[in-house]
Amino acid sequence: MSGGVDSSAAALMLSDLGYEVLGVTLHLYDNETIGLESRTCCSLDDVEDARRTCWSLGCKHFTLNRKELFLNEVITPFVSTYQQGHTPNPCIDCNRQVKIPALYRFMREMSGEVFATGHYVRVEHTADGRHLLKKGLDAKKDQSYMLYTMTQEQLAHAVFPLGEFTKEQIRQFAQEKQLTSAHKPDSQDICFVPDGDYVDFLTRHTGHAPEPGPFLNPEGKVIGTHRGYVGYTIGQRKGLGVPAASRLYVYEKDPETNIVRLGEEFRIYRQELDANRVNFIGMDSISQPIRCKAKIRYHHAEQPCTVVQTGADSIHVTFDEPQRAIAPGQSLVLYDGDYVLGGGTIL
Amino acid sequence: MIYFDNAATTCVSKTALDAMMPALTENYGNPSSLHLLGQTSNQALDEARQTVAKCLGAQPNEIYFTSGGSEADNWAITQMALQGQKKGKNHLITTTFEHHAVLHTMKRLEKNGFEVTYLDVHEDGVVRPEDLEAAIRPETALVTIMYANNEIGTIQPVEELAKVCHDHKVLFHTDAVQAVGHLPIDVKAQGIDMLSLSGHKFHGPKGVGALYCRRGVRLTNFIEGGAQERNRRAGTENLPGICGMAAALQEACDNMEENNARVSAMRDKLIAGITPIPCTRINGSLEHRLPGNVNASFEGIEGESLLLRLDLAGICASSGSACTSGSLDPSHVLLAIGTPVEVAHGSLRLSLDEVNTMEEVDYCLEQLPKIVELLRSMSPVWEQMQKEGRC
Ligand SMILES: Cc1ncc(COP(=O)(O)O)c(C=O)c1O
Repeated sequence: MSGGVDSSAAALMLSDLGYEVLGVTLHLYDNETIGLESRTCCSLDDVEDARRTCWSLGCKHFTLNRKELFLNEVITPFVSTYQQGHTPNPCIDCNRQVKIPALYRFMREMSGEVFATGHYVRVEHTADGRHLLKKGLDAKKDQSYMLYTMTQEQLAHAVFPLGEFTKEQIRQFAQEKQLTSAHKPDSQDICFVPDGDYVDFLTRHTGHAPEPGPFLNPEGKVIGTHRGYVGYTIGQRKGLGVPAASRLYVYEKDPETNIVRLGEEFRIYRQELDANRVNFIGMDSISQPIRCKAKIRYHHAEQPCTVVQTGADSIHVTFDEPQRAIAPGQSLVLYDGDYVLGGGTIL
Repeated sequence: MIYFDNAATTCVSKTALDAMMPALTENYGNPSSLHLLGQTSNQALDEARQTVAKCLGAQPNEIYFTSGGSEADNWAITQMALQGQKKGKNHLITTTFEHHAVLHTMKRLEKNGFEVTYLDVHEDGVVRPEDLEAAIRPETALVTIMYANNEIGTIQPVEELAKVCHDHKVLFHTDAVQAVGHLPIDVKAQGIDMLSLSGHKFHGPKGVGALYCRRGVRLTNFIEGGAQERNRRAGTENLPGICGMAAALQEACDNMEENNARVSAMRDKLIAGITPIPCTRINGSLEHRLPGNVNASFEGIEGESLLLRLDLAGICASSGSACTSGSLDPSHVLLAIGTPVEVAHGSLRLSLDEVNTMEEVDYCLEQLPKIVELLRSMSPVWEQMQKEGRC
């Protein structure tokens, strides 16, 4: 429980359904870890809100310390992924390595039957024993992209009470029930980078500022100076500060040489990609190429593609149309209608 | 429910409650008032002061009532440090495993220009007088070393430590919050200059404590205002609390020998029952140990889960020190005695006292190994350890 409206509403719904609920808040980092004086998320106030919500439902509340795990499994990879010139998705790493495993383990340790979160997704248990992850009913809030890493074992015990509702309905429900968190704004940014300035975070975390380097055009000519490759994403057009006759886009970054390449729009389109760290949900593996749809980032309209498995945990994906700004480090998630088939990390 | 968390706090005894009731009901006068009701309260206050003094081997005018152990620690340390600073002494000595009331006060003083030496407490959790001797400098303003540790229960050689201080003309303060009411204390015989205590650790009420400050040691004012506590700490006294604390202390001291014999027998049975659990260690010296303290680390599990499972089994226990948002950091005390971080995570403190029984100990010994086994069966760390043949 983050102390926000979604997890609070989820706890309340389960309690109304007659479950004996134990509220859990994961303590993931301190100000010292992230080097900030104040922060907007996961603060003491949020923990207090979560606790108060639990107590008002007559439930116990616990705070579990997972700071070390979060540092090792989320923050450190976040930094190194950027340093490799890629674009990490720390929320997915957190769900995969910290949040879901911690909740699942805690559930077992307490001899609980199920664990729940406030995600907008649904689970379906099939007659032949598979546990499927489905998009949330509210298309605008659907968070299935964030949970494609869930294992069958975890899904078998997961409950997502918000999946059948829209965010509006949940807010209204929270207001009617007078939850403390009913009027809290949604958190938007990465929780440990509350101001969104990840370059500043990397600087504070590593102790050195990114070094400026050259912008090269496709012909290899220096056309300007950038503020350090980590500060740019594939497909970026704004804030480059390079005057040019036509629009320029970041299409390649080289951490070794600190070169950032700019070029015409067509250069940021790719039709194929490879992904690793694959997790399948809809099946154990794919023996034949399959047709489905895929998302290459959270806010991406899913696109038709063909998927081939290339190794135990790797796949090759060919889209029907070239896709804009495929960023290594982000996740690829495969869908069959509302169902998540699986996904992996883009290489 | 079984309460094995007496180092965190204790229940208020019947004797203490009875002593509090008059001050909460008919004797509500302000001890500073001159009328009869005021005089009655003032007399009760004075009697409480005499009682506390007598239990410590001190004089009544050496006892200052406070809001608890933390305040007494803050008062003693900051005031002595500031007095020292005026004489050009900006060095303080303490240990690595003090209570946060001491450690965080030190941190603040460090920010204000003091240099602090943190003495090693060795693997057994006991400070060596020779280490203290080596650390003392001409500019040392104060030495503060706890009497007994709140997590691992180790008792320090206070008399010898005080002697080292006096040989070098340095003031000696001790946080005796865990010791008072449980161990025989005589501040004069032991050479203690200042001592902090807290009522709720020996069946008195919460939010009341005292600072003993030897006559001749100049104590500066801590709270400005009225003339209470010899002008040193203003504010209308917490009379119900003070009366309850004094009565509880008297009771604890009267029954100390008998209580300790019973309590240490229960402690020893617990330790003997826990030790055979594989990959388990008892933290802190077995010899120099509070009668009611058991502290064990179980490799491969999280202390949090262990506590919660024990709670489900009806046993109230505790782990390391709780941090601000209620989640547990590895205990600084266990780290101070050299416990590896991953081992410190799986630690448990059972603190007993005379209200506990052997039947409770037996029940705990029946539950605890089962719970440890259950949690280990779900632990990836444990699985890894098994694979590597480390357990
Ligand atoms: C060794 C020690 N010092 C100080 C304190 C603080 O005492 P109080 O809670 O009365 O402020 C405690 C207890 O929490 C303690 O165990």
